[in-house]
Parts: sequence; structure tokens; C-alpha cells
Amino acid sequence: MTIINIDNALLIVTAIAAIWTVMGRSLLKATIGLAVTSAAISVIIFRLESPLAAVFELSVCAGLITAVFVSAISLTKPLTHKEILYASKDRMKRYIYLPVILLVLGAALAFVKIWPGLVIAAPAAASQPEARSLLWDFRRLDILGQVIILLAGAFGIVLLFGEKKNK
Amino acid sequence: MPSLMILIPLFGVIILNLVFAVNSRMKKAAFWLALAIFSLQVVVAVFHHPALWNDSLGRIDSFLNVSFFVDHLSFIMFICIGMVSIASLFVARYGMKDEDDIFKFINLLIMASIGMSGIVMVKDIFSLYVFMEITAVSSFLLIAFPRSLESLEGSFKYLILSSIATVLMLTSIGILFLAAGGTDFDAIAAAIGASYENALVLAAIGLFICGLFIKGGLVPFHGWLPDAYTAAPAPVSVLLAGVVTKSAGIYTMIRITTSLLPHYQSVNNILMLVGTISIFAGALAAIGQDNFKRMLAYSSISQMGYIILGLGTGTILGIAGAVFHLLNHSIFKSLLFVNSAAVEKEIGTSDMNRMGGISQKMPVTGTTSVIAFLSTCGIPPLSGFWSKVIIVIALWQAGQYAYASLAIIASIITLAYFLSMQRRVFFGKLRAGLENLKDAEGGVLTVSVVLAALTIGIGIFFPFVFNTLILPVKEILVR
Repeated sequence: MTIINIDNALLIVTAIAAIWTVMGRSLLKATIGLAVTSAAISVIIFRLESPLAAVFELSVCAGLITAVFVSAISLTKPLTHKEILYASKDRMKRYIYLPVILLVLGAALAFVKIWPGLVIAAPAAASQPEARSLLWDFRRLDILGQVIILLAGAFGIVLLFGEKKNK
Repeated sequence: MPSLMILIPLFGVIILNLVFAVNSRMKKAAFWLALAIFSLQVVVAVFHHPALWNDSLGRIDSFLNVSFFVDHLSFIMFICIGMVSIASLFVARYGMKDEDDIFKFINLLIMASIGMSGIVMVKDIFSLYVFMEITAVSSFLLIAFPRSLESLEGSFKYLILSSIATVLMLTSIGILFLAAGGTDFDAIAAAIGASYENALVLAAIGLFICGLFIKGGLVPFHGWLPDAYTAAPAPVSVLLAGVVTKSAGIYTMIRITTSLLPHYQSVNNILMLVGTISIFAGALAAIGQDNFKRMLAYSSISQMGYIILGLGTGTILGIAGAVFHLLNHSIFKSLLFVNSAAVEKEIGTSDMNRMGGISQKMPVTGTTSVIAFLSTCGIPPLSGFWSKVIIVIALWQAGQYAYASLAIIASIITLAYFLSMQRRVFFGKLRAGLENLKDAEGGVLTVSVVLAALTIGIGIFFPFVFNTLILPVKEILVR
């Protein structure tokens, strides 16, 4: 088995993009990092033979959300040089160990057989319904739940970004 | 017709925004609609007539493809959710001046209650997660409600830690789905039973329990809780302390451990250890606090520890004690947060160094607070005494003598910080500048008196309450 195959390469790209997203001090670069992370995850999901989920991930997470973030960032006032220096003080030093831990853990889990029981005997799959019919036929309650979450999110936008009276 | 517990509040929100949002007079009436919804919830849960709960809604249920289930544990949670939501509603009307703010608050409160009601009715682990998210999103927004720096920080901390909990639980759900081929409780319980010692299944269980510890604010996953409780506006503190952490964290822990993990003694051992650490860490941290709400927040962590400790025994009596303490804590901690809201509103601060002797000017708030303190400390014959006694007896019967002794010792620490608090806040000489202080308005006082009466009543009529409401919960173990 070759260690660097396409799946491992995708996982490494995902991890690097995710770290870049979190550690970067520019919001715009973080947004691009998030889009790259989502795009890499989309390819992984596609390779796991779930094309519908991959398309959702790519269109919503990598596409729509990135567009919303960039629009929101364009409305913000950039920090002054002094504020940037203050915000980034010691930032990289404080979290330098995080990527190291991530890499060590990743290597341990990916390449070393650390535990004999890490395989599950999955039940024999019955005829798997197609994703769309699965969502609509079996998970309607969850769809209703997601609609309520969206409703709460809409209230959140009105609440947090609405103008207060007399101000 | 359990799905009505979701659909009625959901249509309530829609009606509020279509009909009640038109003018200020109608917005004021939104309070009464919300009160009617929550009161209905309490009434149908208290009387739980089988015809109402066992029948399905026919086409609506089949369209939504729902298969909710309710048992006595669900009824107790419905009572807690409805009761605490009513208390929160009254505190909101008392504390918020702007009618638009009250209107938005009511909408979010109803949505949070939809999430919590869903949590206590589902028998599918993924649907459980979806309803937990509804509760969480509503809670983030409710904490951030005042849009002050402090409240946004509290909300952000909760958001981050709740997201970590979400990641842990989703990972766990993914692994369990892989093992079971489905996400309903029965399939997962069978898969866990079959893969009893599989390392990946064990890891999934561990991740899920860690997620629930975060949601329940138990030590060492409690970092978000004191900030969130303190920074949140008063009605939200009532809701968070009274029922949100209990539904999302503690109830789910009870349901998951009894339905899915009855084979694991190691899980029970972890629960007892975390429970005991939470009891002591919460109580010791509460001693050093100067902020009224922050002290109550640490006290909540400590009391949650008792619930988890009782659950950890794994016996019928222990679980009944845990559920009983959950109900009691929901009542007396809501009462304390309602009273802290009254004190904060009238004095303008929750800093205990700026209080003193306020019982003279706020007699109802002072008296009901003392009742709640005594119940929290486990003083007979109040409700908290009985639930703690049952937990201690269950521990003793299970041979956990050390944990039983520690639970008793911790009650003394609870007594210490509450005595200190009473002296600093309610008793002693009236602090200069508080001469014109007056008690809270009628609605909030009524809520305080009702909650105090429940604390006393449950204590006095303990055998009746325990036998009719609490002990039937044993069905979750013998199903």
C-alpha cells in the first residue's frame, strides 16, 4: 500500500487548509481557507460514493457560505496596523503545538495499527434507498427540525443585526 | 398525540409573527399566547391522560413520519420545561422595557421549548441531535439578547463549547450508525450489545458522553456555564439554569445510559466520579463568588453533580433519586434565579458586596429565597432534602459508601456558601442607599410564591409525589 495515495493527500490538504483557516489573521484569507477545506471534503465525500452530499457540501459550504462571508467582510472596517499587531501578538507562538499534535495524531491513526478493535462489523446492508428518497421518506422530522433551526437563525439575524429603537 | 407538543408551539410562533406582529397592542398580547401554550404543556403533562398521549394524529403524523414516544420521564421533563418557561416569561415582562424585545424573546423562548420538547420525545439518536441543535441555537441567541459585550462573550463561549460537543456527538452518531445500520435507539442498543467490547464502539460511547458532559455543564467541561448564566439577561438565566442544561445534558444522559448502555458498569463508575467532582468543584467555587448569579451558576454545577451521582448507581432507586432531584432543582434553582432577577432589577447590580439586609424591603423575595436555599442544602422537610436522601440511600445500597459519605459532606459546603450569601444579601443591616428599595412587581412575586409553595409542598407530600410521579420512571430500566 502506498502511503501517499489520493485519499491521504486529500486528508492532508483538508487539515492544512483547516489550520490555515483558524490560524490566519486575515478574515478574507480564512474564508478562502474554509472554501478550500470544504472543496477538499467534497472530493472526499464524492470518492466515498455519496455524490449528492458532495454536491451539497461544494455548493453550500464552499460556494454559498463563502459568498456570504465575503459579502459580510466587505461591509466591515479594516483594522489599523496597531490593532493588527495587538490582535496577532504571540498568537502563532501560543498555538504552534496544535498542528504538531494534529500531525502526530493523524500519523498515529492513519499509519500505525494502534488498537486491534478499530474495525466494526457493519450489518449487512439492505437495499440502500437513494439519498433524496431517504431524506424525504425517512427523515422528515429532521427536515422539520432543520426548518426550525433556520427560523431561529432568521430571528437571530433580526435580533443581532436589527437597529434598536431610539438609537 | 405527542407531536402536538411540537406542532402547537410551532404554529404559535407562526401565528405570533403573522397576526400578533402587526401593532404594539397585539405584540403585548403575545405574552398571553405564550403563557397559554406553556400552561397547556404543564397541564397535559401533569394529568397525562392515555387517550391524549397514545393516539396518533393520523395523517399529520404519517406525513411528518414521526414516531415519538413518551413515558413518565418525558412527562416530568414536560412539566419542568413548561413551568420554567412560564417563570422565564414573567421575568421577561418584568425586566424588559421594550415591547419589541419582549416579542422577540417570546419567539425564541417558544423555539427553545420546541427543541427541548423534541429532545424528550424522540427515540432516534440523530433526531435527538437535531432537537438539541434547535435548543442550542435558540439559547445562543437568548444569551446574546442584550447585545452587550458581556452577553456576546457569554454566548460565544457557549457557542464554541457547544460546537465541540456537537462535533463529538456527531462523530459518535456516525460510528454508531456504522455499527447499527440505523439511528433509532433499539437498533443502536442491539448493536452496542453485539459489539460490547469493540474499541471503536467504546470510543463512540466515550465521545457521546463527553458531549453530554459539555451540554450539562459538568466539571471539567463546565467552562461556558458560569459566564453564560451570568452574562445572560435574567429571564434567560432562569431558562438555562432551570431547564436547558437539564434537557440537553442531564435528561439525555439519563435516557442514553438507561436505553443504550445498561451493560457498562464502567460508564456508571465514570458518572459517579464526574458527579462527585462536579459537586465539590461547584460548591467550592461558589464559596468565593461575589456575584449573585455567578454563585448560583456554580451552585447549579454542584447540584447537577448530585443528579449524575444518583444516575451512576444504575439502580432503580438511584435513577428515581436523580430524576427527583432534577425536578426539585428545576423548581428551586428557577426560584433563585427569578429572585436574583428581582434583586438585580431593583438594586441595579448583582454584586453581593453592594447588597445587605434587603429582606427588610423585599420580604417576599427574601423569604422565598431562604426556602430555596434551604431546599438546595437538603434541609428537611423541603423537597431537596428528600431527593438527596434518596440518592444517598441508593449509593449506600449499591455499596458505594465513599460516594455516599462525600455526598453528605458536600451538603455541608452547600450550606456554608448559602449561609454566607444570605448574610451578605438578605439579612443583617440594610445597606446605605437601599432605603427606598421595594419588592418586585406582582407577576414575578406570584411566580416566586408558587415555586416556593411547590418546594414546600413536594417536601411535605413527598410519599404521594414520589410514588405517583417519580417512581413510575423505573419503567425506563425494566422496559
